[in-house]
Amino acid sequence: MKIHIKNGRLIDPKNGIDAVQDIFIAKGKIVAIGAAPDEFQASRVIDAQSLVVCPGLVDLSVRLREPGLEYMATLESEMAAAVAGGVTSIACPPDTDPPLDEPGLVEMLKHRAKSLHQAHVYPIGALTQGLKGERLTEMAELNDAGCVVFGQSDGLLPNLRVLMQAMLYASTFGFSVWLRPQEITLTGDGVAHDGEVATRLGLLTVPVCAETIAIGNIILLTKETGVRVHLCRISSAEGLAMIRTARQQGLPITCDVSINHLHLSDMDIGFFDSNCHLMPPLRSSSDRDALRHGLLDGTIGAICSDHAPVDEDAKLLPFGQSEVGATGVELLLPLTLKWGTEMRLPLLNVLSKITSDPARILGIDAGHLSLGSAADICIFDPDHYWKVTSSAILSQGKNTPFMGMEIPGGVKYTLVNGHIVYEH
Amino acid sequence: MINRNPQLDENGVLQHLLTTEGLPASVLLHILDTAESFVGVTERDVKKIPLLRGKSIFNLFFEPSTRTRTTFEIAAKRLSADVFNLNIAVSAQSKGETLLDTVNNLSAMNADMFVVRHAQSGAAHLIAKHVQADIHVINAGDGSHAHPTQALLDMFTIRRYKRDFRNLRVAIIGDILHSRVARSQIHALTTLGVPEVRVIAPKTLLPKMVERLGVHVYHDMAKGLKDIDVLMMLRLQNERMKGANLPSPEEYFKYYGLTPEKLSLARRDAIVMHPGPMNRGVEIDSEVADGKQSVILPQVTFGIAVRMAVMSILAGNQV
Amino acid sequence: MQLPDAEKAFDSLAKKIQADANKDFTLVGIHTGGVWLAERLHQALGIKQPLGTLDVAFYRDDFDKIGLHPQVKPSEIPFAVEGAHILLVDDVLQTGRTIRAAINELFDYGRPASISFAALVDRGGRELPIAAQYTGIMLELPADKMLELKCGKNGKLSFHLYDKSLPE
Repeated sequence: MKIHIKNGRLIDPKNGIDAVQDIFIAKGKIVAIGAAPDEFQASRVIDAQSLVVCPGLVDLSVRLREPGLEYMATLESEMAAAVAGGVTSIACPPDTDPPLDEPGLVEMLKHRAKSLHQAHVYPIGALTQGLKGERLTEMAELNDAGCVVFGQSDGLLPNLRVLMQAMLYASTFGFSVWLRPQEITLTGDGVAHDGEVATRLGLLTVPVCAETIAIGNIILLTKETGVRVHLCRISSAEGLAMIRTARQQGLPITCDVSINHLHLSDMDIGFFDSNCHLMPPLRSSSDRDALRHGLLDGTIGAICSDHAPVDEDAKLLPFGQSEVGATGVELLLPLTLKWGTEMRLPLLNVLSKITSDPARILGIDAGHLSLGSAADICIFDPDHYWKVTSSAILSQGKNTPFMGMEIPGGVKYTLVNGHIVYEH
Repeated sequence: MINRNPQLDENGVLQHLLTTEGLPASVLLHILDTAESFVGVTERDVKKIPLLRGKSIFNLFFEPSTRTRTTFEIAAKRLSADVFNLNIAVSAQSKGETLLDTVNNLSAMNADMFVVRHAQSGAAHLIAKHVQADIHVINAGDGSHAHPTQALLDMFTIRRYKRDFRNLRVAIIGDILHSRVARSQIHALTTLGVPEVRVIAPKTLLPKMVERLGVHVYHDMAKGLKDIDVLMMLRLQNERMKGANLPSPEEYFKYYGLTPEKLSLARRDAIVMHPGPMNRGVEIDSEVADGKQSVILPQVTFGIAVRMAVMSILAGNQV
Repeated sequence: MQLPDAEKAFDSLAKKIQADANKDFTLVGIHTGGVWLAERLHQALGIKQPLGTLDVAFYRDDFDKIGLHPQVKPSEIPFAVEGAHILLVDDVLQTGRTIRAAINELFDYGRPASISFAALVDRGGRELPIAAQYTGIMLELPADKMLELKCGKNGKLSFHLYDKSLPE
């Protein structure tokens, strides 16, 4: 299939392009930008007048809930949601049931995902067997099966000795280690930020130092082992400052922030809104503001959706008993655009946080529109505002703190390997 | 994304009592004033009035508490309501029925009011949000969040003995961190215009930024009790006495237990309150608990009248 | 319309009770107007027994329609109801429902030997089989008007008329 996307505003952060240019696709690849190649006969012409044409988005944390957790969502529903959000590459955390700790499981997931012909799926391999934090997984084998990076489940770091060994082993093969920094002994049954809101509501807390102590340990172990580390979904200003210092010292550490922490604070819990039961917890508004600026100065490399669809019943519980997480893969683009508008940033810089930058962190060739590269493309209307409703969201999870809000950025087309996989 | 106060309808009329936080002083005072009339009822030959005849009140106790349940039961019966006690801690929940399943089943039995006790903060809010519009919910204690009827009966007691809230110094002493009673007391006291509310506790029993609730923090009883008119003691749960919060009940009693000596540091006409049940010799000395400054037993009596007031005001507030 | 003088009506009521005062009455006024009247009668008739007051809010039959009255006052019955001859006092007698509630409440304090009833105004319109033994004046009023007794700062009583549809 040959596709001609015309009149669109082409934004390609990696190549520094922001201009109205046509783009030509053949055999799944970008074959020309600007003028049509000789004898190019498009079988489909997309008129992208007043639309933005950008690389397909790269989301560093999307839970597909397979294998094992299909009551929350299915691969089919969440893959469809991803492309509806313009996302063409997704990294999936290993906390499935069973966890992604065996090559067979990873191959199965890759195979199932591939057969759907939608976004590219990059499983994050389990760092330890069963994610129990005791024995290392066969990382090299898992890598052959398709795991590009390795991590633990949320907030469950191995003890420091095992973590150091895992980091050393990963660095042997050049794999990077992805961790959400949280000291479990300081977390307990905590469900909210240790601040005024939790004090008012009488909720058990997760103090900021649960994050900063873990970050401190990980920084020291990074120095010790030389492994590349990616810190997932940081939540605090203090943690951010520590990462900034470590990066200034030249340590190979990157980090990301979720769309939720970019826009919300613990105040949004209101009267026990279980949609705001997230991990790490939503922190204070000054933490949120620091994270918003941390993206600007490059300390935070990427924005992710932290997509975690939850079945409705699991949220219809008292706050502390409700399931953690929010759906988000369809909100990644809108909420990134919202951040960019509020910070008065050019679209080129804004879109880099969900295209080229996360691709580099994940170590994949994606998130750009270079000649000859795979035609993974998102075409959206930046001026279209839409309301978040249960029916507007394709994900099986309808749980999000943004329910009912008007947000910018309507995806019109999503292309993966030159195929139109979503059209609105 | 913050909704209006879920206890009030769009006209500001009380539909549920979930917390004392955010309620206007007029609503709190109306409850206290109404309770005054009920005190008389409880002193008569026939301690029963026909006000809620035919109404069905369900006591939903997801966390066992015979004492609190009984006070609600007495209050409801004195109003001639039909009372149904459900000890859900041992029935539906263990069979995997969810909280809202239970509530929906009971709503179908034409309930008029739910009195809810639950170990999780926010449980009463959740139920209030999901019940049919004509059912009223009273929070009888949710996690560490709120226990509004206890706080209201405390306010009633204070007003009986001290008349005016606006020239008082009140100290709340003990495990503030885990206490739903303390939180509800603080909001009620500040709403009713008490100019100085203090909390006295070791740092392990205080929540973060508690001063944002409008209280002054003390760690030393000698300093904290100076010039105090009202002492509100809190119960120390057994599981907090030895462990990461406190080393031993003995050490706690030595530094934070209310003894006659420590009480003498407060104003001479200060009153001593406790929500019960008391741990004598841990948070309070028997000599103080039974002494002439203690108003702990009147609190229990007033508790019935205040709960009658809350029930009859809610039942009368149509949707 | 010209309303009658409340003070004259009171004098008329007091005389009628006095003329019949061979019994040892105990006075009970119904909040709010009935309490003013009972206090005045207590003085005028020189009754030694302490005065009782009732707020019938908890015994009303319209709770399901209008809810709890916003300002309920405590009922105070500072004497033994058991065996007492009680004279209930209220300002306006119309449907009889208030008196029904008051009688029910009195019985929750004990079993009186007798209850009789004095009303300052009887405006007709009964919905229950209730009658006053003593009436100050009879008055015919349109059904949509509400008659209220007021007490001035000097203690002087007066009548006021409202449209029922309007809030007071």
